[in-house]
Amino acid sequence: MPGYVFQRLCHGLLVLWGVSVIVFLLMHLSGDPATVLLPLDTPPEEVEAFRHKMGLDRPLPIQYLFFVSRVVRGDFGYSYHYRTDALEIVLQRLPATLRLAAAALSFSLILALPAGVIAALKRDSFFDVAVRVLVLIGQAVPGFWLALMLMMLFSVRLRWLPVSGYTGWRSLILPAVTAGSFSMASIARLLRSGLLEVLGKDYILTARAKGLSSTQVLTRHALKNAAIPAVTMIAIQTGWLLGGSVIAEVIFAYPGLGYLAVNSIGYRDLPVIQCFVAVMAAMVVVVNLAVDLIYAWLDPRIRLYRNDH
Amino acid sequence: MITSQERAGGKALFPGRAMNPGGMIGLFIVGCVVLLSLLAPWISPHDPGLQDINQRLRPPAWPDHPLGTDGLGRDILSRILHGARISLGISLSAAVLSGVVGVSLGLFAGYFGGILDGLLSRLADIQQAVPFLVLAIGVTAVAGPGLLNLVLVLSVTTWVNYFRVVRAEVLAAREEQYVWAARAVGCSSARIIFRHILPNVVASIIVVATLLIANMMIFEASLSFLGLGVPPGTPTWGRLVSDGREYVTSAWWISFFPGMAIFITVMGINLIGDWLRESLDPRSS
Repeated sequence: MPGYVFQRLCHGLLVLWGVSVIVFLLMHLSGDPATVLLPLDTPPEEVEAFRHKMGLDRPLPIQYLFFVSRVVRGDFGYSYHYRTDALEIVLQRLPATLRLAAAALSFSLILALPAGVIAALKRDSFFDVAVRVLVLIGQAVPGFWLALMLMMLFSVRLRWLPVSGYTGWRSLILPAVTAGSFSMASIARLLRSGLLEVLGKDYILTARAKGLSSTQVLTRHALKNAAIPAVTMIAIQTGWLLGGSVIAEVIFAYPGLGYLAVNSIGYRDLPVIQCFVAVMAAMVVVVNLAVDLIYAWLDPRIRLYRNDH
Repeated sequence: MITSQERAGGKALFPGRAMNPGGMIGLFIVGCVVLLSLLAPWISPHDPGLQDINQRLRPPAWPDHPLGTDGLGRDILSRILHGARISLGISLSAAVLSGVVGVSLGLFAGYFGGILDGLLSRLADIQQAVPFLVLAIGVTAVAGPGLLNLVLVLSVTTWVNYFRVVRAEVLAAREEQYVWAARAVGCSSARIIFRHILPNVVASIIVVATLLIANMMIFEASLSFLGLGVPPGTPTWGRLVSDGREYVTSAWWISFFPGMAIFITVMGINLIGDWLRESLDPRSS
């Protein structure tokens, strides 16, 4: 196990390094960063002076080294719009986004777990068919549209929930449903098919033959094995949840990272956007690392036989 | 049930299996959407760009504006029909472009293995660590919104889907007897990859492509909705939904119908994808 943990840690660091290259290259995507950073009517000599001051006239690899040495010290530069440290602004908004992502994940798990399990146990029943139809809908409904429709119904018509902003837990409900609906459908679907596959295995038959109750068979034998693809799915969903939270934040004017980032595009506030991409990617890497470890705990075969790459 | 004949013949593209009702519904939906989008200039009741301030914010009413009008008095049905072309076009071209990249890299990585495989697989890991929308925000912030940038962003963020599937299939196919036989008679690597292995992974590629087109439609719509996709005024479905944002309290139909169009089309494509996956992968049935 320690070897496996070490190997996953190294892999996580490698991915983070790659992300740093992407974030660095973002700035150079437009060709000359100076044209992005300065107002359009800047005289050429001032552009030159700026390029020299920012080190933009040096070779790319050198610029990258400077960039990384700043970033590892937590220095993403100053926000042009807010006129303060970019990382500080991003970290200020982070708790709100984490709260939203946690709410969205809880929402999707609370509905997806029982739905997936019961649908698999009662295959082809009315409930199963209903779950399959809901999964179909959940995977096809565009998040931003769902958000608008929910807002129209619950905030405008019925006036049950706030339209936008953040004024307490009630402000979390609609954004969480918006950001979590796709994940809910995916997790329910995977849990159902995973469980169906496991329930057909010989060891389940053995467990039944030994006289274990249905509950014991389900909790002790079937669920742990069926959980593996579902846990992987949750890892993949982190990206979706974070992406979905961007949409939900923008629509509901929820003061999180996504709202900040989309607004920053309008200001061409590159340091904030670079910092946003880096922080989001770092979160995905951390969650993936955690899931890899949970995965290994669920299935000893992984930590014992997958050490070769 | 798989017959021995089917097993021996590998995965045929359309194994002799009855089509499930979901697949039929999916084909019907997608067929209709494609047909309507092709016929858009002839069947639209109005010019999609025609503004008529006297007719603004009209609720759906037959026969003038069956789906109502938007804040500038433009006919929503006509805009949806014309938008279908752009939305489908973007999704399709992005799925093809990312497919070409992902499939070729997957073929080479799987077949040759070694350093190339290691590098590409790590690249795929890195790519997947940056959520799609997050990368899209970063890219548009610098490169600016636009049709070409949109297709590029969509392709750059999705090639990994093809890469992973194709690579895994090639890894398995590499050790099959037909590949050994081809190698023994002196076929070049390129010939083995493209003439012998590729036809055997086409089935999986089609499944990935189908499900990806559905995702692309949602991605494109989300980006256009956020103002990061197509330029303003271009009637893609995502734009149309976002046109209705400011009228959410008064004119529900502006956002509702374009969203329904996205929802129904994506569901249709997903149904086809699921059906293909089930009929191509004997294990899943």
